[in-house]
Amino acid sequence: MPPPRTRGTALRHLLAELRGPAVPVPGEPPPQPKALDARALAALAANPGCDRRALLDGAGVDKAALADALGAPSSFGQSQFALTRGNAFEKRVKADGGAELLRLVHEKLDPAAPPPETSSVPDLTAVGPAGRTARTALALREAVEAGGWTLLDHPMLALDVAGSPAFLEPDAVVVHPDGSWTVVEIKSFPMLDGSADPAKVGAAARQSAVYVLALEEVAARLDPAPAVRHRILLVCPKDFSNLATASAVDVRKQRSVTRRQLARLTRIEEIAEALPEGTCFGLDLPPERLTAAVESVPATYAPECLSTCELAFHCRERARAAGAVTALGRAARAELGGLTTVDEVLAAAHGEAGDPADPAVAALRRAAGLRAEALASASAGQGGTAC
Amino acid sequence: MSLMSTLARLEAVRSGRAQVVATVRHRHVSARPLVFVPLTTAGEAGAPLGALVGTERDAPRLLVVPQPRDRDLRFAFLTELADVVLPYIDSFAADVEPAERTETDPETGKRVKVEVELCADAPQLLVPSRAGIEFVRLLGRSMRFRRTAEQDPETPHPAPPHVPLLGRWLTHFGERARVPGSSLLQALTELLSRHWATGQSNLEDQHLGALLAWIDPPEGTRGAEEALRAELARGADGQLLHPPAGPATDPAFDNRLLAPAIERYDRARTRLAAAEDGLEADDRLGELTAAERDVRALVESRTRPTWDAVWHGLDLLRALPEGAHVADRWTRDRWSFTGHRDRVLAGEPPQPRLDDAVTAANKLATREREQARLDAQEALDDPLVMAGRRLAGEAFAGEVVEVVRAYSESRRPSPRPLVTVRTDDRPHLGERAKVYRSLGGRPQSAEFVEAVEENTGAAHENGADGEDVHGGTGAGAGLLVTVRVLDKMGRGREPEEGSVPEKGDRICFTLFEHEQRGGAKLPDPEDTPWTHGGPPGEAAATTAQRPDAVTEEDVL
Repeated sequence: MPPPRTRGTALRHLLAELRGPAVPVPGEPPPQPKALDARALAALAANPGCDRRALLDGAGVDKAALADALGAPSSFGQSQFALTRGNAFEKRVKADGGAELLRLVHEKLDPAAPPPETSSVPDLTAVGPAGRTARTALALREAVEAGGWTLLDHPMLALDVAGSPAFLEPDAVVVHPDGSWTVVEIKSFPMLDGSADPAKVGAAARQSAVYVLALEEVAARLDPAPAVRHRILLVCPKDFSNLATASAVDVRKQRSVTRRQLARLTRIEEIAEALPEGTCFGLDLPPERLTAAVESVPATYAPECLSTCELAFHCRERARAAGAVTALGRAARAELGGLTTVDEVLAAAHGEAGDPADPAVAALRRAAGLRAEALASASAGQGGTAC
Repeated sequence: MSLMSTLARLEAVRSGRAQVVATVRHRHVSARPLVFVPLTTAGEAGAPLGALVGTERDAPRLLVVPQPRDRDLRFAFLTELADVVLPYIDSFAADVEPAERTETDPETGKRVKVEVELCADAPQLLVPSRAGIEFVRLLGRSMRFRRTAEQDPETPHPAPPHVPLLGRWLTHFGERARVPGSSLLQALTELLSRHWATGQSNLEDQHLGALLAWIDPPEGTRGAEEALRAELARGADGQLLHPPAGPATDPAFDNRLLAPAIERYDRARTRLAAAEDGLEADDRLGELTAAERDVRALVESRTRPTWDAVWHGLDLLRALPEGAHVADRWTRDRWSFTGHRDRVLAGEPPQPRLDDAVTAANKLATREREQARLDAQEALDDPLVMAGRRLAGEAFAGEVVEVVRAYSESRRPSPRPLVTVRTDDRPHLGERAKVYRSLGGRPQSAEFVEAVEENTGAAHENGADGEDVHGGTGAGAGLLVTVRVLDKMGRGREPEEGSVPEKGDRICFTLFEHEQRGGAKLPDPEDTPWTHGGPPGEAAATTAQRPDAVTEEDVL
């Protein structure tokens, strides 16, 4: 649900102020706000409770650069071997006008349709992301009108995120003869004997769900609106070869989760309004001011952040310094009731503080007592016969 | 994570050092394990970059693939690996002891005892981390369907001899590693975190260097800070001071050091191929050797610290006394090893890509049974684990305060004494629930009769189940639990000496069984019912063994 235009403009201004003046690099055009790509959008669903992440992503702050400036650089990086292999595989899959790709779509998703003997691959080049988006929308409309199979190679889609457009580039979109659209995601992790790493498939599904949402916005503007299929095609190398194999992945669940997340993103306005006057995440600020600015937005750190968020090391440092129990994992937090810091929990466990009528405190005391008893009996040489 | 281990983690945060979560060692550690520290190429499936492997702490064998995308070099690597691993495995295969196994006689259908061989010891493969176990599986899968020139002279790109066999063994190790409590293939991070709790999350415990820093920090340092250093510290060249345990390498290493070195190797190889006369070729061979040496040095620099860390971790584990049931579980591993040895000797085909319904059901049943067995045995071996079960209401311990003689009401009365235990625990006892205690290593069962609050005198005929175990009133006050002992007291009218607890004894009853029964027998694969796809049949058997498709440029 996009907010009314005027509100959107105000928010855009606010977010631009938060972002601060971009650091100009000599000889290069002034940097744009860091675009939210599908990966970042999908990751929003990973930790929806984190205000810090919602705000920084919404404002388009370059979190990796911010983490560097804070002195807690992220450890994300891609090996060039993986990059080369990924690109080579994608090129191979799309060779010959995407004949292999269309064959897979036909086989896995739409076997009832006529086989893709001929297909068109429209040219989508245009100036700037907005231009490419318009070109893609046009190509999609033409493809529906023309009927038959059409492959859109790296189309550009726009999705309204908290009042500003995010540009997304799926690997491919296929238009079926019946006019419906399918998102194609090409990944270079192997599908071994018909199954792939579930964590990676999950990430691909979340990412594709974002593309499906963006395509639905394009479809809604056409009359009659073409169907966007909720089963996407995941293309991977087969076993240990570079032959392509594919599997249809149902992304309905991921789509609805992401849609809800995106709708909730409008709350970044509320988060931004709660910030102290003059808060800014400009990378040219002195580190103390930057740290203070980041600290003014509450974060919800959990160890899972380490694999999805560039700021995770900074947040972890803070969480550990504050003695937050969640630094040990969400499960740990769940068992400890209202006790949130290490000191609180240990004081309660050792009977120095806490209300014994509180079930969490009582359980902790029993646990501490049993642990001490077991350790004492083990060191007294009775170990090995607990019974 | 249980509250017990959460508490240990919090203690570790405060003290800056890992805390014990086990007082004995719960896994078998071989006297002569084979340590395997592999590295893989990013983005490629099953393309090893190199490895350190061996049984001697001071003399690991370095194996390197200077161009991981080259199939021939990869085969050379796998051959070398087979030359280390297979003789190691064979060294255990020959030493056997006689054993008995119950089998169904195919003719009479009766269960009969058969004399069989059981290997006296089994090999043990150790990798640094859980990802290493997955890599062993992947290597096994990539090799076991390969054909050698001898098996199939027509096959394109035949695999060197031994490579398919190594694939079958690694597959077996990888498959066995999924059975709870097994020790044929183990990851050091898993072994260490079973015995120590650190002040970081499970996720961060996957880093072997950080985990070791928590458990055994160098003299005069705090584990917490050392762990952080091991995890993140980079040198002036931007490289991690402690390389990750792999098999994945750090992208910064790939991009800045490895990629240029491999490129130099490729260039030197092209130049050698283009050499026009012998003299030139000699020079260029020298260049190629130097380039290869560079890649080898890089691989060694990333694997050696992990190699040393694995042995360091082993030292720590060996210092712990072995749990009483560990040998029993290791015997199961020996059976598993012997079984696979026999299958290989009998010339059976490699493990299929996908299991048939019966095999899959059997595997799942085995894993469930072994998990239950492991949980029970660990608790019996280790008071600290038992403490966790007591906290969870699955066991109770205390002092015997009263023993009343009683008899069963049958025509020939047998002893059924009533034993009352005073305990501070809050077991979840249902009406007539069975409880067990260990009597000289054998389980003795008893039946729950009643529980009475010591102070209030409130009785719970149905046990303490209804109330909150951690309830405020319960803590501190004792609970008098009465149980009726049911067995292991001999055949006479009077119970045998020592078979009934006496007043003043400290005993512990568990609500879980100590020994696991086997599940229902499943049909043979040939008799798979149609509900489960029917018998696999001939066609499935041939497709299951088909080698993987090989493309001209198998590698990108």
